[in-house]
Amino acid sequence: MFLQTLVTGLSIGGVYALMAVGYSLVFSILNFSNFAHGTIIMLGAYVGYFIISNLKLGFTFSLVGAIIGAAILAVLNVKLAYTPLINRRASSLYLMITAMGVSIFLENMVYVTVGSHFYSFPEIFKQTSIKFFNSDISPLDLWALVFSFISIYGLHLFLTKTKLGTAIRAASYDMTIASLNGVNMSRLISVVFILAGSFAGLAGIFLGIKYMVYPTMGWITNKAYIAAVIGGLGSLPGAVIGGILLGVIETFVSVYISSTIRDVFSFSMVIIFLVFLPAGLMGRHLEEKV
Amino acid sequence: MDYILGVIAVICIETIATVGLAVFTGFTGLFSLGHAAFMAIGAYTAAILTYFYNAPFILALIAGMIMSGLISIILGFPTLRAKLRGDYFAIATLGFGEAIRVILENMSITQGARGLPGIKHYTTLPVAIFFAVLVLWLTKNFIWSKYGRNAIAVREDAVAAEMAGIDLFKVRMLSLIYSAMCAGLAGGLFAHYLNFIQPVMFTSILSTRLTSAVVAGGMGSITGPVIAVALFIAVPELLRVANMWRLVAYGLILVLIMIYRPSGIMGYHELSFEAIKNLLRWISRGKTAGRKEM
Repeated sequence: MFLQTLVTGLSIGGVYALMAVGYSLVFSILNFSNFAHGTIIMLGAYVGYFIISNLKLGFTFSLVGAIIGAAILAVLNVKLAYTPLINRRASSLYLMITAMGVSIFLENMVYVTVGSHFYSFPEIFKQTSIKFFNSDISPLDLWALVFSFISIYGLHLFLTKTKLGTAIRAASYDMTIASLNGVNMSRLISVVFILAGSFAGLAGIFLGIKYMVYPTMGWITNKAYIAAVIGGLGSLPGAVIGGILLGVIETFVSVYISSTIRDVFSFSMVIIFLVFLPAGLMGRHLEEKV
Repeated sequence: MDYILGVIAVICIETIATVGLAVFTGFTGLFSLGHAAFMAIGAYTAAILTYFYNAPFILALIAGMIMSGLISIILGFPTLRAKLRGDYFAIATLGFGEAIRVILENMSITQGARGLPGIKHYTTLPVAIFFAVLVLWLTKNFIWSKYGRNAIAVREDAVAAEMAGIDLFKVRMLSLIYSAMCAGLAGGLFAHYLNFIQPVMFTSILSTRLTSAVVAGGMGSITGPVIAVALFIAVPELLRVANMWRLVAYGLILVLIMIYRPSGIMGYHELSFEAIKNLLRWISRGKTAGRKEM
């Protein structure tokens, strides 16, 4: 029972981490809470679903298509909605409200054009579960976990080993000084949103397979915000640790205490962390800078 | 006609919540994404009192306001004391709002997610207008009081205000309590207007709408947010024919306002007879100036 709970928690945590990484990446550069991230995840899931069920191209194409589609949407999002505000050096709260506007706009656009149906992916992973030390693991959960770790590790390598990655890390410390040192900021922001969008597409596919594809599925990203707060906003290792921790704790709370209290528990955790440990487990920002 | 009067009543009710939030967001400079929770607390407190205990309407409204105020202290005491950065505070209020909604969905006295049907219809149009005018008048006086001026100082520059001897925590806390009580009042009126409440009515979508009304109306204006609320409610009602498109339009308008008119509809100005007179004078002067050039 314990092991079963742990494995379920880990697999949920893996998807949370996937969502939180994209969100944290944007936060680390632009310092604002991108509430449109969940909507991009939802759109990525739709792209993946239509490729696999209408074009019948198979899972690999669906995965790649969702990643590319979500990345393009994320770049369009930043070019059309955020760039005018970034160029004006608007306060991050304005960006946050714009992000909410974008998310309301896109979500309802999907309602109007595609409709509010629930779509379920065709069976991709076998339903039979794998036995592992007396506990059942579904292949989907296992793949979700593996994909999360591979892609997050890939992102880690990109950020630490390449020139562009170094520029991103520099900009997350200080944007002005990074741009003084010759980093092209508008290109860098596009790259960051391409990365965040790809992660959103990946998360969208796995969420779509695990639950279903519907217009408000992006709301589960609220959990990713919580994960990012726990790990420390803007910190990538923090997002991974926060996501997995949240997934595991949530599963334990719903199994051992009560499933209704689970969401209250997660949401109060945000407030507790922000009050007592605003930098999270791995973050660095503290009080408002002057 | 009844329909138009109904829309006006809803505008009056949401005006109350938005004007309260204008004190907190527009004048004190803190963003909240959880004020729907205060509306929910006010609505449920008032509705439970009149529904189960047959309490008088006015007492139920006051109880709802007090309840919202008390719970805002629970939220505000740790978060405002910790002097969270603006966006961290907003995320904390988002978490708070969702937590309150989930709690309401799982309590027995609120009848959970099914909601409370058959609440008595006490909120008539005159009642809604009376309370809206009362809150507007109170808010105007609040802004021009010592606390209001302190709040504006805190919004403009918190560090400078603190240096000048203003207690940041106290000012922010007072604004939060005031805005929560306004939201609680609006919630109580709302419950007795619709005769039915459900936790799902008070999601973060409502919180976003309240905050965006303040921002779109103009930070630092009382009448601006009122205009914005009226637009946010009346324009979608006009678009009823294109029912599905109204929320699309709302999202788009919000983004466009942020991009092209970040200071909001009214900016820092107020809509008053004086302002209208100045505007007319400016228009007529513009016309005569144009003629001279010709």
